[in-house]
Amino acid sequence: MKPSIGQYIPGNSILHKSDPRTKLVMTVLYMVAVMFIDTFLGYGVATLFLIISVIASRIPVKMVLKSLKPLVFIVAFTVLLNIFFQKGETLLLSVWIIEIYLEGILFAVKMAIRIIILVAGASLLTFTTSSISLTDGLERLMSPLAVIRFPAHDIAMMMSIALRFIPTFTEETDRIMKAQSSRGAEFDTGSFMQKIKSFIPVIIPLIISAFRRAEDLAVAMESRCYRGGKGRTRFRMLKFSWCDAVISCFMIAFFAVIIIFKL
Amino acid sequence: MSIKVENVFYTYQPGTPFENRALTNVSVEIPEGSFVSIIGHTGCGKSTLLQHFNGLLMAEQGSVYVDDVLMTKKTVAELRKKVGLVFQYPEYQLFEETVYKDIAYGLQREGLTTEEERGRVLDAMRIVGLDEEMAERSIYDLSGGQKRRVALAGIIVMNPSYLVLDEPAAGLDPAGREEILGYIKNLQKERGTTIVLVSHSMEDVAKLADKIIVMHQSEVIMEGSASEVFRNEEKLTEIGLAVPQITVLWNKLRRSFPNLPEDVYTVEAAKKAISEYMGGGVK
Repeated sequence: MKPSIGQYIPGNSILHKSDPRTKLVMTVLYMVAVMFIDTFLGYGVATLFLIISVIASRIPVKMVLKSLKPLVFIVAFTVLLNIFFQKGETLLLSVWIIEIYLEGILFAVKMAIRIIILVAGASLLTFTTSSISLTDGLERLMSPLAVIRFPAHDIAMMMSIALRFIPTFTEETDRIMKAQSSRGAEFDTGSFMQKIKSFIPVIIPLIISAFRRAEDLAVAMESRCYRGGKGRTRFRMLKFSWCDAVISCFMIAFFAVIIIFKL
Repeated sequence: MSIKVENVFYTYQPGTPFENRALTNVSVEIPEGSFVSIIGHTGCGKSTLLQHFNGLLMAEQGSVYVDDVLMTKKTVAELRKKVGLVFQYPEYQLFEETVYKDIAYGLQREGLTTEEERGRVLDAMRIVGLDEEMAERSIYDLSGGQKRRVALAGIIVMNPSYLVLDEPAAGLDPAGREEILGYIKNLQKERGTTIVLVSHSMEDVAKLADKIIVMHQSEVIMEGSASEVFRNEEKLTEIGLAVPQITVLWNKLRRSFPNLPEDVYTVEAAKKAISEYMGGGVK
């Protein structure tokens, strides 16, 4: 399995130790702040903030950069679109119907930075938070909604089960593909339709196994007397600590700087 | 003619915090026509090694030869036809509606006529002890043991010169184990297919294998015939393996009867040795 966007990397940094609720709220706050930014200075501050966070998380910078790789296409697309279609006052180049303005280029660069730091910021959350504590945090954050009969626990449980099974099914897909390759299947040759068809021997066993696992899991949960979230106590209690205070102060300071100086 | 693995290294997820060395300088040879067993603790690199035999994994360093042809991206498709690999719990890879269709899946690229195909499929079914009338049955009506045999037939139908099996008897009842291992042994005898068998049952290994390869923590630490390997009871126990139960008993027996022969690894051998000893004693 290859490391992908936001795969949890166990660690012991301040970001790993802090409460998932803090991290969730702060990540949302960061994203909102980034949306407000409109100047290069502002992006500079946001990037600096991000770099400090990455260093604090002790996640190898290489991993963070690698996780951004899939973005290349989206960023390139956005940049090109903005360069060609953004109108402005300073015309730099005009060929046939294509007109490129200075404002367009500047805007494109800003958009690119925005996408990159947004994704990097969000992936820092999942890099430092295991899926279990992430859904725990979500459940607790959503729990006030129980008043309007919002099934916070059920949704959180479904999410954690879904997340829990991603690596399992990745592994299983890999296994079945290998098994079918051993029987002469080829997945990367032929026409588009042939390629799609060649995946049938992978998808059918995978679906069957998903049902089998779902059934097993349901039986296992029932036999441990799982009856939903009502009155359920937890092994891992969520507690605010000094880590959360530090992170919150840091984040609020950043947010304040962005808003006050209208960066 | 053989499968030759020379100084192979393999690492999973290199360059990440999840890096995991699975093979360290592994060199083994699988001679043609032989029955080779690979034993070792879970996670010792057995499955990784098996996947090098048919090129599902490519050696990071070192080389793999099948019948003197080096395994590369170019030769892998050709070599994979010679080496059939049966994974653990192969019944989970079945996907067609009927037994016949599933077994025939591997033949679709061979360009056979319907007649030829039918012959090959029925032949494979016969080898694993499935009746001809099972051919049109749905996969999902079969018992676990029958599904396992269908999956096995799906590889055998391709007539591999080498058949590599990862714990083919796991999870079966004793009768089912005996049966499936019997079919595999027969395949070796009838067709001269070379067999590589991964197993956790020392009894099965002692009974079936001409050559045993012992792996521990990504390395090959012992190699040889049953008597050469099982002689090292202490070392095997140390790495979490064992000698066959009959050998444990035999070694205790030999303390009281020092004249009993050494190297007994199967119940049959023990029976023979005892009756010879008794016979000799009477004389």
